[in-house]
Order: sequence, then C-alpha cells, then structure tokens
Amino acid sequence: METLYSVTVGVLTACSVFLILRGRSFPVVVGITMLSYAVNLFLFSTGRLTIDGAPIYGTQETYADPLPQALVLTAIVIGFAMTAYSIILAVRARGEIGTDEVNQQDNSTEGNR
Amino acid sequence: MNLLFIIFAPFFGALLPLLVKRASRPVKTGVTLLVPVLCLIVLFQYAPATLAGDVPKQMVEWLPSIGLDFAVRLDGLSLLFVGLILGIGVLIITYAHYYLSREDDEARFYACLLLFMSSMLGIVMADNILLMWVFWELTSISSFLLIGYWFHSSDARRGARMALATTGAGGLALLAGLLIIGSIAGSYQLDDIFAAAEQIKAHAYYVPALILVLLGAFTKSAQFPFQFWLPHAMAAPTPVSAYLHSATMVKAGIFLLARFHPVLAETELWFTLVTLTGLITMLVGAYFALLKHDLKGLLAFSTVSHLGLICMLLGIGTQGAVIAALFHIINHACFKAGLFMTAGIIDHESGTRDMRKLQGLMSLMPITATLAMIVAASMAGIPPFNGFMSKELFLDQALQQHLFGGLSWFIPILATVGAMLSVAYSIRFIHDVFFNGEYKELPKKPHDPPRMMSAPVVVLALLCIAIGLAPMTMVSGILDQAAAAVTAAPVEVKLSLWHGFNIPLLMSAVAVIGGILIYLARDQLFTFNRQFDGQDAKHNFEHIIQKVSDAAANFYERLDTGSLQRYIAFVLISVIVVLLPSLSDLSVVTGGKPQLPVDMVSMVGALVLIGAAFATATLHRNRFVMLSMLSVVGLVVSLAFAHFSAPDLAMTQLVVEVVSIILMILELFFMPQKTSRASSGHRVFRDIIIASFIGGIVATLNFAILTSPFESISDFFLANAKSGGGGTNVVNVILVDFRGFDTLGEITVLAIAAAGIHKLLNKLKPFMPSSDIDGRPWHRIKHPLMLTTVANIILPIAMIVAAYIFLRGHNLPGGGFIAGLIVASAMILQYIANGVDWVKERFNVNYQSLMSFGVMTAALTGIGSWVFNKPFLTSWFTYLEWPLVGKFEFATALLFDLGVFLTVVGATMMILSNFGKMTTRHRPTHEGH
Repeated sequence: METLYSVTVGVLTACSVFLILRGRSFPVVVGITMLSYAVNLFLFSTGRLTIDGAPIYGTQETYADPLPQALVLTAIVIGFAMTAYSIILAVRARGEIGTDEVNQQDNSTEGNR
Repeated sequence: MNLLFIIFAPFFGALLPLLVKRASRPVKTGVTLLVPVLCLIVLFQYAPATLAGDVPKQMVEWLPSIGLDFAVRLDGLSLLFVGLILGIGVLIITYAHYYLSREDDEARFYACLLLFMSSMLGIVMADNILLMWVFWELTSISSFLLIGYWFHSSDARRGARMALATTGAGGLALLAGLLIIGSIAGSYQLDDIFAAAEQIKAHAYYVPALILVLLGAFTKSAQFPFQFWLPHAMAAPTPVSAYLHSATMVKAGIFLLARFHPVLAETELWFTLVTLTGLITMLVGAYFALLKHDLKGLLAFSTVSHLGLICMLLGIGTQGAVIAALFHIINHACFKAGLFMTAGIIDHESGTRDMRKLQGLMSLMPITATLAMIVAASMAGIPPFNGFMSKELFLDQALQQHLFGGLSWFIPILATVGAMLSVAYSIRFIHDVFFNGEYKELPKKPHDPPRMMSAPVVVLALLCIAIGLAPMTMVSGILDQAAAAVTAAPVEVKLSLWHGFNIPLLMSAVAVIGGILIYLARDQLFTFNRQFDGQDAKHNFEHIIQKVSDAAANFYERLDTGSLQRYIAFVLISVIVVLLPSLSDLSVVTGGKPQLPVDMVSMVGALVLIGAAFATATLHRNRFVMLSMLSVVGLVVSLAFAHFSAPDLAMTQLVVEVVSIILMILELFFMPQKTSRASSGHRVFRDIIIASFIGGIVATLNFAILTSPFESISDFFLANAKSGGGGTNVVNVILVDFRGFDTLGEITVLAIAAAGIHKLLNKLKPFMPSSDIDGRPWHRIKHPLMLTTVANIILPIAMIVAAYIFLRGHNLPGGGFIAGLIVASAMILQYIANGVDWVKERFNVNYQSLMSFGVMTAALTGIGSWVFNKPFLTSWFTYLEWPLVGKFEFATALLFDLGVFLTVVGATMMILSNFGKMTTRHRPTHEGH
C-alpha cells in the first residue's frame, strides 16, 4: 500500500510540475492547485497510513496520528486562498497586459513559449 | 544638567527647524543656533572638571546583553573635539543663513546639519566603542544627506554616494576591528580597553584588529589611497564643506587614531603604517591642491594634505608629536573653516570658483581679501599666525624621529617639501583671486558680502591671530588634558611663537622660499600634469563602479530574463542537484515498518488518480477538459483522506474542491479557452525530464517516510483531547484548542488573501468573451429555471447541514472550516442560479465585515482568557443541562470555531461574489488574439 501511495504522490507531483512549467497562466494555476494536493497528501502521510482509525474517541481501538491531519486541514484552506489569489492575478494580468503568457514579452527572444 | 544633553539636544533639536518650517528664515536660523549654544553652555559647566584632570562620565543602560551601553565621557580629547564641533557649528549655521539662496529649503539643511552634529558629538563623547561605532555610521548617513543636499544635481548625488560608499565600507571594517578589540579586552568600555592595552598589543589578533581600525580611520579621514572621495564631496553647499573639512567628518578618522592611541600605538606596525600613510597623503594632497583650478578643489586637497600631516604626527606617536597633532587639529579647524567660508563668499558674490576666471578682486572685496590673507597665511605657516607654530612643531618632530633607521633623514626633507607645497597653494589661493592683474568681467559684479556673512570668518581669523600670539593662554589648558588622554600620561604643554634660531625655523624659511618658487613655476607644473589628464580619481572610481555594476547587470540580465518558466526550471533543477547526491547516498530507502496490504478500493482509486493527473497534464491545451480532470483528482484525493482515517480532511477537501473548481471556471470565462501555441519540442522534453526527476524524488522521500517506524508527539493530544479540551474529535480539538493560535494565524492569512483579492479586482477590466469558443453567442436565458428551483431547495438544507456539522465539530468530524465552506458553496450556487443582483436584493451582507467580525471573534475569544488570568486562548468548557435537548457541552472553543466559521464564509464569499460580479458589470469585448 505504501508503495502505491508514494508512487501516486510522485505522479501527481510530476504532472503538476510539468504544468507549472508551461508558458500560459492557466495551466500554471492548475498546476499549482494540483501540486498543493500532492503536498497535502505528502504531509498527511507523515503520520503514516492507517485504515479505520479516525482519531475520534470511542470509535476505534487504535487511532491515526491526528497532528498531520490538523495541519493538512489548515493547509487545504490556505491552499485555496493561494489558488484564488493566483487566479485573480492571472485574470488581472491578462486584463492589464492583454496576454496570458507568463514570460515577459519584450525580451523573449529564445522562443520561450 | 546632563552630559547626554550635549548629544541628544542636536539629535532631537533636528526637528526644531522642521517644526517651524513655515516661519521666516531668521526664525529657523535662530532656533537652530539655539541648540549648539545650549550645548556650549552645558559644556562650560563640565569643562572646568575636565581641565582639572577629571573625566566626567555618564551611563544609561541600553543593550547590556551585548555590552552596548549609552556611556559617555568628557576627557580632554573629547572636550577638544566637542568644543570644535559646537564652536565651528555655531559659525557655520550663521554663515549658512546668508549663504543659502532663496530657493533652498533651509529647514532641511539645518535639520541634517544638527543631525550630523549630534552624530559627531556622539563619536567623540562615546565611552563605549560600540556606541561610538553607531554614531560613526550615523555621520556617514547624515553626511550623505548633507553632501547630497542639492539632490537635483548629479554631481552632488554622485559625490554623496561616493562618500557614503567609501566611509560606509570603512565603517564596516571598523566594526570588525572594534569587535576584535572588545573581545580581547572582554569589555567595550573605553577604560577597560585602555587597561587591557598591553594584552591587546600582545594578542595574535592585534594585526587584523589594527588594520581594520586603520581602514575605518583612513577612509573617514580621506587618507591615501582613500583620498578620492573628499574632493567630490565638494558638490555640497559650501557651509557643509567648511564644516565637514574643518571640525568634523574627516577629523573623525583622526579622532579615532587619537582615541585608540593608548591601545594600539607604539608598535612597529603602527609606526610604519600610520606614519607612511600620513606622509604619502600629505604629499599627494599638497601636489593635487596646487593643480586644482577650482577654489574648493584646492581647499579639498589641502585638507587631505593637512590630515596626512596630522596622521603622520600621530604615527610618530611621541608626546611632542601628539601635542603637535592636537594643536594642528585646532589650528586647521580654524583656518580651514575660514578659507572655505571665504571661497563660498567669492563664489556667492562673483558666481564662479574658477581661479582661471577670477583675478584682481582685491579692489572690489577688500575686507574679504584681508580675511582670506590672514587665514591663508595661517595655512601656509607664516608667523605670527597659529598655523606657523604647529608647522614648526611638526618639522621639529620630523627631525627628531628615528623610525626608519638610516633612512630617517628623508622624512624631514619630505616634510619640508610638503610645507613648501602648502605655501605654494596658499599663495595661489590669494594671488590668483585677489591680485594677478585687473578685475575681469565675471557672471556677477562682486562686492563684499553683508557684514554678518563675513562675521564667522572674522571670528576665525581673530582666533588664528590670538592663538598665534598667545598660545599658552588660548589652548595650553585643553592641550594638556587632550594629550594626556591620548598618551595616557600627564602632559604639560609649552608653546611659544619664537623658538630662537634653529633647524625647524630654517626648514620653514626654505619652505616659504621654495613655495614662492613653485608658485612662480606653476605653469610648467600645469603643463607637466596635463599628460596625466583623465587619470582623475572620479573617473577611476566611476570606472570601477561602472565595471562592477556592469558585471552585475550582465549577470542579472542572464539570470533575470523575465521568463517565469526559466525561473521555475532554475529553482527545480537546483532542488534536483541538491537532493540527488544525498538521496543516492542512501543505501536503503525502505524502513523497517511493514507495509499494509493493498486493497481493491485503494488500487482503483490510485489508478483513477494517476490517470486523471496524467490527463490533466497532457490535455492542458483544452482547458475545460483539463479542469474537469483536475476536479477528478481533487475528488479522489478527498476519497483517499476518507480511506486513510481522516474524515475531517475528506470533508474539507471535498468542499474546497467544489469552491475552487467554480472559481477556476469563472477564471476560464475571462481566459482564452484553449492554449493556442504549444511549447517547442525540446522544451517539452526538458520539462518532462525535470518533472520526472522531481516526481521521483518526492515519491522516494515519501516512500522512505512511510516505511520507517516513528514516534509521534500526538499521543499527548490523543490522551488529553477529552480531559483537557472537552472534545472527542481530536483533530478539531487540536485546531481550536491545542494549536488554536496557529488556526488564528491561518484564518488571518485567509482574510488577508481575500482582502488582497478584493484590491486586485478593483478597477479590473478583464477580457470579456462575447461568445463561446466556437463562436456561438451566450444563451439568452441567463438563469435556467431548473437550476434556480434546485438551488432554492438546496439552500435551507445546506444551512441545516452546516449548522449540524458546525455544532458536532468538537466531537465528530466537522467544525468551523467545513461548515463555513458548506455555507459558502450553497450561497455561491444561489449566485450562479439567480445572479448577483437577485441575491443582493434578498441577502445584503457585507462580506468584508463578516470576515473581519470572524477574525475578531476568534481573537477576542483568545484574549478573553486573559480576564481569568490564563494565557492567551486557554479554553474552558462545561456541561449544561438544556431542557428537552438534554446534557449539552459548552466550550469556549466553540466560540473560537464560530470565528473560524465566519471568517471562512466571509472570505470565500468575498472572493467569489466580487469575482463573479465581473461577469455582469462589463460589456463583452472581443478576444485579444
């Protein structure tokens, strides 16, 4: 299970990194969002994987580690704030500059597309 | 009265001229003058004690933990300098009153001048060397402001920058030196350091400490090879030059040498470095002084030269030499301030400072000419003026030293040459300007200035004469104490104008005759020097600066191409480069923890997740498809949380996912629907490589973490959630109780992000597509009936669910975050189904207030525990009996969670409703491409 989990996180990371390296703002924003999923999964897993162990009194014999869960919960909300912010930045940039390219236009001589 | 008053009065007094900014100039000058005059009065109360051999001291603790106390002293050396700084300061302010033109902002000038005065006083009075350094840097900064006073002139800006760069760099070296000295002596107090003098000189770090301190002193005092900044500081208004060059700034370096004389001097290295530097500086300065055509340029280099002379005397370091040095500090301050003021008067009255244009002014400005002749004669060392005496003492010391063994004879000869050049440029100053033929046409017809403008020069000229005629009455008392402070031994000074016929007098005579000859032959000298034109210090300095800044710009340009892709790639590649070697060193990544068996659900989930992630990446050119795939990823992630025993996370992720996908669809509305041009093949290839490496590293790390056994600190939370926090849902108890402070910070960040977005949306004019991607216009029915009906049914249900989730949060999965997001999504659905105006009519809430109210509630709950004398955010809970409902838990954490809830609702709604409004507020435009 751990192998499967870590491979999934790795793939998720790789795909988001690929998107973040694109030349237009929209894929970059999507990449950032997806990367935050990957990061959340990663952080969550520092408490190790437990099945049927929700940290709620009286439901289980052993409990999963609650601390990473609490941290990731706030991370999800902060991640949302960041996504929202980058979205508005992207829209604003397109409104102001008239393009959604993430590279500065006047000296992009090397075909940075 | 208090010694500290002398430093703090000008420091805070700097505000006075600014406070009376609207008053007339005499008022401003008046209040400014008040400050040094008051300081002088205080000084006179302390001076008798110092002159009697005591050292008045005062100390206020500042930062005792690093040995930095606000300790001041007033020994003989301090008294000498404080007197100069304040005395000349008064004259300078008076002079500036007439010098500054109508357009100049005199309030700013006076403020900077007082600030500078305060920093200088701080240096010379500091009893703690770290404190001294603080003021040392303050002089660099305030002199920067003074030199750059006419900031509209590029010369002034450049000169100021050069002074700041040079003295600032020297200041850093000085700090390092002071820290070494302090650590050897074990204290930063001067007395402790003086006591540890032998220990310091014997220490292995003596040499670096000495060199660092000398770097500080030499840069400040413009000693060779750092003399270049001083002439360019001439771009300052003349009162500033007069002040900087006579009593302050450049004297700070000399003061430093004198101050540390008991600690660092009398070693071989000190003799060699300080004496030779002083000698070279004296000659170089004198030579260039002779060549300058600008009056102020001549004076600037003569300052360099005279500072070299003083420096050399301090290097020789015998009692006689120290007396000569201190005496010359006084004399130089008097004649140099006078000369600068004269130059300023000439410039002011005639409109030029160029000696090739000026001539024959004697007939037009007889008073100025007389005064100039007195102070210039003092500079040249002509009896009976004060400069003569200190020069005699200097020549005498040059004769007496035996520092360089058999080669010592060359020092008196070079000293005589220096004196000769000094005579020559003094003659040039007088003869070129006031004589040398008849008056020629000048920009302005010059005449003597108002009486009060020349008054400061009169005072200085009288001082030159008085000290020259009655040296014992005028200065011997202060010189005794100052020399005692420098040599750390009692001193009795004997000065007289006439020493009888001896070798120094002969050398003086040679100097005068030689000076006259050099002056007569000056044209040959100019011709000789013309071949070195372009070797100007400014050019060299600018050239070096230009080169360094070019190289930096070049490097920067390569690094900063304005390409986000490149930056990210650069960062990611660095991550790979840093991480790969250490990862490859690991022989095993598998820890000892046994793996869980793979179940069917996880397998399917993982495959869907991987597939969706790949689809998101590969289909990115069709943006709507990409978004759909991203939502699949988010959904499966929330399922994964649910599967791995994190119900709170699963719920949060699910609602956040809904809200962010809605937000992204809104974004897509304003964006091109497709990515038109693809990246070039090799770039895609490179990105795939980078992505795979990063993904591989992350997967490896994650695997290593997952398979290693661990000890968690969470047992504490698990054990105490119920007894300490009163809740059974440990995650929620951590959020609102154990780590409540983190959560408070987090909702604050959320609120800030929302506020930032609100601001970004202000006056935003987004691209508005008038049709969809295939060119079809938008449907005329904006709010379909089906959706409207469903949304209206869902809203109350969602509210009830949210209330339930919120209330049970402390004990079962749920809480403020999740409830807030549920309410927000239900509200957003209303916006989508019915439009902004419709919602606004029925539910007009200011989301900003809601959000702020939420943060305030959470914070106030935390502060509330102070009322009960508990630390911030201590929670309290009890069980209440509620009729019909039964036993009911009430915890203050619930109030806190309410704050979280309100913040999340407020922030989310603020972001989405504001952004959503954009779709209706503007008229459609056609796409840019």
